[in-house]
Amino acid sequence: MDIKAYIVLALILFTIGVTGVLIRRNAIIIFMCIELMLNAVNLLLVAFSKMHAMSAVAKASPTFASDAQIFVFFIMVVAAAEVTVGLSIIMLLYRNTRSVDVNFLNRLKY
Amino acid sequence: MDKNLLIACVPLLPLLGFLITGLGRNMLPKNLSAVIACGTILASFIISIMLFSTVRSGGPLNVEYFTFIQLQQFDLSFEFKVDQLTSLFLLVITGIGFLIHVYSSSYMHEENSADFSKYFSYLNLFVFSMLLLVMGGNFVVMFIGWEGVGLCSYLLIGYWYKNQDYTAAAKKAFVMNRIGDLGFLLAIFWFIAKVGSVNYDTVFSAESLKALSSTDITGITLLLFVGATGKSAQLPLFTWLPDAMAGPTPVSALIHAATMVTAGIYMIARANVLFSMAPFTMSVILIIGMATMLLAASIALKQNDIKKVLAYSTVSQLGYMFIALGVGAYTAAVFHVITHAFFKALLFLGSGSVIHAMGGEQDMRNMGGLKRYMAVTHITMLIGCLAIAGMPPFAGFFSKDEILANAFGASPVFWGLGVLGAMMTAFYMFRLYAMTFHGSFRGTAHQQSHLHESPAAITIPLMVLAVLSVLGGFIGIPEVFAHGAHWLNNYLQPVFAPSAPYLTKHTISHATEYVLMAVSVGLALVAILYAWSKYKNWSKESEKANTGIAAVLENKWYVDELYQQVIIKPINSISKVFHQVIELKGIDGIVNGIGSLVHYGSRQLRWLQSGQVGAYVLLMVLGILAFFIIQLFL
Repeated sequence: MDIKAYIVLALILFTIGVTGVLIRRNAIIIFMCIELMLNAVNLLLVAFSKMHAMSAVAKASPTFASDAQIFVFFIMVVAAAEVTVGLSIIMLLYRNTRSVDVNFLNRLKY
Repeated sequence: MDKNLLIACVPLLPLLGFLITGLGRNMLPKNLSAVIACGTILASFIISIMLFSTVRSGGPLNVEYFTFIQLQQFDLSFEFKVDQLTSLFLLVITGIGFLIHVYSSSYMHEENSADFSKYFSYLNLFVFSMLLLVMGGNFVVMFIGWEGVGLCSYLLIGYWYKNQDYTAAAKKAFVMNRIGDLGFLLAIFWFIAKVGSVNYDTVFSAESLKALSSTDITGITLLLFVGATGKSAQLPLFTWLPDAMAGPTPVSALIHAATMVTAGIYMIARANVLFSMAPFTMSVILIIGMATMLLAASIALKQNDIKKVLAYSTVSQLGYMFIALGVGAYTAAVFHVITHAFFKALLFLGSGSVIHAMGGEQDMRNMGGLKRYMAVTHITMLIGCLAIAGMPPFAGFFSKDEILANAFGASPVFWGLGVLGAMMTAFYMFRLYAMTFHGSFRGTAHQQSHLHESPAAITIPLMVLAVLSVLGGFIGIPEVFAHGAHWLNNYLQPVFAPSAPYLTKHTISHATEYVLMAVSVGLALVAILYAWSKYKNWSKESEKANTGIAAVLENKWYVDELYQQVIIKPINSISKVFHQVIELKGIDGIVNGIGSLVHYGSRQLRWLQSGQVGAYVLLMVLGILAFFIIQLFL
């Protein structure tokens, strides 16, 4: 498949993520949008990795082809850890305020 | 005793006295601090006599104590040189210093114990500095003493520091002295740059004089002379001396008449070779001395404050000394320093005795007829007046005559102006004498009931100084009276011999000299008689408001006002501009501006910190977009 399709898909996913973060007020949805952005990047990494695996450079070095794919795993692990912390914060937030609206939490200003 | 130690003791004893009376001022009783202060000076005086006899028989003494400053190409040692010139100054400083210390112990007795001790500690510190000045073996040691005496002068003028006018006078003296000191300091630097040494023997040796070009010599001597004008109260830096009379009268006698103000003459006499090689500087000295002498003498004619008359008279007599230096008659200058120290100390102490009896009154218009109450003061003051007026055979006659004869040798015009000055001197001194001691008493009845002769501690120094004022002139009997009888000339011969080749020797015939003497004494006598007839029965009713030239004289030629307009006002307005524009607007503006800029900026920027997460993210996204745009399109 053509690499362009992957790039367009990743771009759409990333844009949806950014837009979601910008316009939504629900903390959980913002969180999901952040994940969306991360996964858009992951998708791109895998796509480029696959594309370059056929190049001459990759043939000379056997491990080169899988570098980006392994990197994606790292990103997913880090994202999972981040989600743990983030969700716990949102949990505590909800317990204290009975709300997950981020605009409600504007006390840290000035 | 070891010679080095003996010489060191001369200044160290007064220093010790200063430390004891100064540090123990809250504990020592008055009598004890007076005894300590007088005792140390007396001991110094005795050692000075011993040194004098050593120098007289064995020539100059040079001692080096330690290396003071060590640099790569320049070593400065702390050294003393006691030669004929120094030994004479030592005798004058410690001798008269001792008499004035004794006098002070009675004069200052009304002060409280701490102030009394403080006074004596300052006085001892002054004697120490003055001794350092004349004993120093190089210009730097002299400069240390030079600054020290300036400091003590400042401290003692402002001794009654609670009076604003007195502290202002002290500041004036200090600042004016500093202007002169700058010249002296620059001259020292010049020496170091050109000769690489400041030691007298090295600097005045034939090789180093050869190394100096005539521009160097003229420059150095002019700068040294600037220093001398400050310390010795010559035009244009003389106005501090009359104001210095704010200090206690014994201080005026010691510092502002007998010793400190002669430091400039000592310095020039010390550097006589250099000055003799700079004819331009010599003429500058002559002109300045002449102008100062006439100006100060004319001001003294119309002053009513007894101490102010004496102060201007001091400035005028210092002018005579500079005239002598200007015509190359160094011995005559030193001679006049010595005799002047005798009779001017006497006059000041006598005026102090009068002021003491009058309960602090200094205005001669409120005195009169004091001879009935104060016999000793009256007689001694009369001797002092006769001496300063140049009447034979008193001390002033010999020294003034020698100066006038030398001035005649240079030009009869100088002689004529000198005699004019001498006439004015005779006039104002006998005006002072007649107004103070003759006529009827013009003070209040309260003052009259308190009139009394001063105690022995005051009258004995007066009598000693009176004897010296009578006999002091005989150390310099002129050649016309007896061949080779000029003891001082013979004694100082080794000091001034090196400059002889550079000076043109004027010889005037004995007949001329007799005529000159007779004319100057005769004219002074006329001035005395005129003053006597005019002021013998002076009364307040006969006083007329001064007009014309008399008003100008009474107002001291408006010199202070002139300085006020020409120097102080412009400096004040420049300072005002600097303060208003550069200080407040410029420097403060920058500092405060940075502060308020940060403050204002942060006030504006903090609106960004809205607490809205969405807004932060939007900004972040916009920022990233901006980066992309810059990366891709710019």
